[in-house]
Amino acid sequence: MGKIAVLRPGPVTSVQDLGRRGTRALGVAPGGALDLCAARVANLLVGNPIDAALLEVALGGVRFRFGDPRRIAWCGGDFEVEIEQDRIPAGRPAVVRQGEELKIGGARNGCRMWLAVAGGFEVPLVLGSRATDLRARFGGVAGRTLQEGDELSLGTAPPPAEAASRIAPWGALPEWSWTALATPILRVVRGAEWERFDRKSRRALLETAFTVGRQADRMGVRLEGAKLGRKTKRELLSEAVAPGTVQVANDGQPILLLGDCQTIGGYPKIAHVITVDLAHAAQLQPNDVVRFEEVTVEEAARLSAELENDLELFRVGLSLRST
Amino acid sequence: MEIVPLGDSALIVRVGDSLGEVLALQERLAAAALPGVDDIAPAFASVAVFFQSPALLAAGRAALETALRGKKRGRKTALRPRLVEVPVCYEAEFALDLETVARHCRLSPNDVVARHSAGRYDVRCVGFTPGFPFLGGLPAALATPRREKPRTLVPAGALGIGGAQTGIYPLPSPGGWNIIGRTPLRLFDVTREPAALLRAGDRVRFVAISREEFDGWEK
Repeated sequence: MGKIAVLRPGPVTSVQDLGRRGTRALGVAPGGALDLCAARVANLLVGNPIDAALLEVALGGVRFRFGDPRRIAWCGGDFEVEIEQDRIPAGRPAVVRQGEELKIGGARNGCRMWLAVAGGFEVPLVLGSRATDLRARFGGVAGRTLQEGDELSLGTAPPPAEAASRIAPWGALPEWSWTALATPILRVVRGAEWERFDRKSRRALLETAFTVGRQADRMGVRLEGAKLGRKTKRELLSEAVAPGTVQVANDGQPILLLGDCQTIGGYPKIAHVITVDLAHAAQLQPNDVVRFEEVTVEEAARLSAELENDLELFRVGLSLRST
Repeated sequence: MEIVPLGDSALIVRVGDSLGEVLALQERLAAAALPGVDDIAPAFASVAVFFQSPALLAAGRAALETALRGKKRGRKTALRPRLVEVPVCYEAEFALDLETVARHCRLSPNDVVARHSAGRYDVRCVGFTPGFPFLGGLPAALATPRREKPRTLVPAGALGIGGAQTGIYPLPSPGGWNIIGRTPLRLFDVTREPAALLRAGDRVRFVAISREEFDGWEK
């Protein structure tokens, strides 16, 4: 069976997939790759099912050695990825031969990328998923980030052809491959407590820029900027929150929740980043400047349907290619 | 009843602040078998319904409204709640904030323990961390505000009081509740089915145990 040796793990590299379904009543968030689109595209590029386990690499600094020849592909921030001396662009399948090293350097823009390897990573299913829940410490590799010396098992996959070139001459759309925006503008719909914020605060959310604070991880990112105030300070009973929820803490500063967020929260929800823009939210890191733009729920649904349709065409196109 | 959107692919159905109403709604939504539903999760006074994608939200909302307009079908008597006994060692080593709670409530530490373990509690909902039960039913005399500075690490099994609520930390995590004891039970264990020991609607009784009993408890 194929193995990958972890020579350098990087600061936060974890096994992820499309996350968990139906576990919120247990208090377990869906988790999974913070950019579900990038994860699906990377998997499709190497011939995996979309829900195969792959790696989420934050901040780079990773070196792997491959035990057998494999096709790989990655999508996400603007990282420097090399196999031996060859630069591998995002969104293009590439071949790693037995014994070769794959290196992921730092990111020029963004902070996360998803690396799919043909066959997928073989870790046990926990609550229906292979995703690592780093906070609750389960799933993935023993519920933790990768460590130096780990040997990761891969599922079976047809090996790349002997004569295959290092980098395939085809790939995914650039906007699916490189997902970090130079000037992030995240589209939002109104939150349940939108009307409870005063007019000045609602305008400030949509018309001023916010800076990502130091607390930024898979649970969410704290933002700093205009103080957002409510008309009344009535406490709320905790209710559901979700990836994309922009809640406002008692200090008037917004927190944008991501995939590993808690299942319920008591802070007022001023807005929610729409599903198709979570890919860009996943690239935010401290000191990034972000703006919000309002769209309707109908527009969010239309954008999502369009993306799903395009992804399905891409999947069908790839399946025709390989037969 | 009020339906509010939660982002572009989920809805929150709000009802009164009562466990019975929430559980009845949860059951009703589950029985309705709405199309495209990914997850149904109860909170204190609401139940959230998550759809597989934003494109399914509009149709899902229409189906949900129809289901809730229809006549309530089904049982007259609600499901009998499970009673779960949770052993707790209230001894000083584990009861990090018992003195604080006692001082705040103008009771002796022994009185706090006696009143806490005499109470009958309902699991209002599970969240915050996997398996964390928010329990209703704390005697009003024991309500104590959260710590001004949350602890960076509360051990697994720690039993706490946060305002008018009581709850148990299933996993080592940061936390601001006042810790008054510890249970040897595992509140959350992914190798077990179900992984969470407690679910919304369960009734809970705390049984005081000694340090020796705590150590000898079968994990």
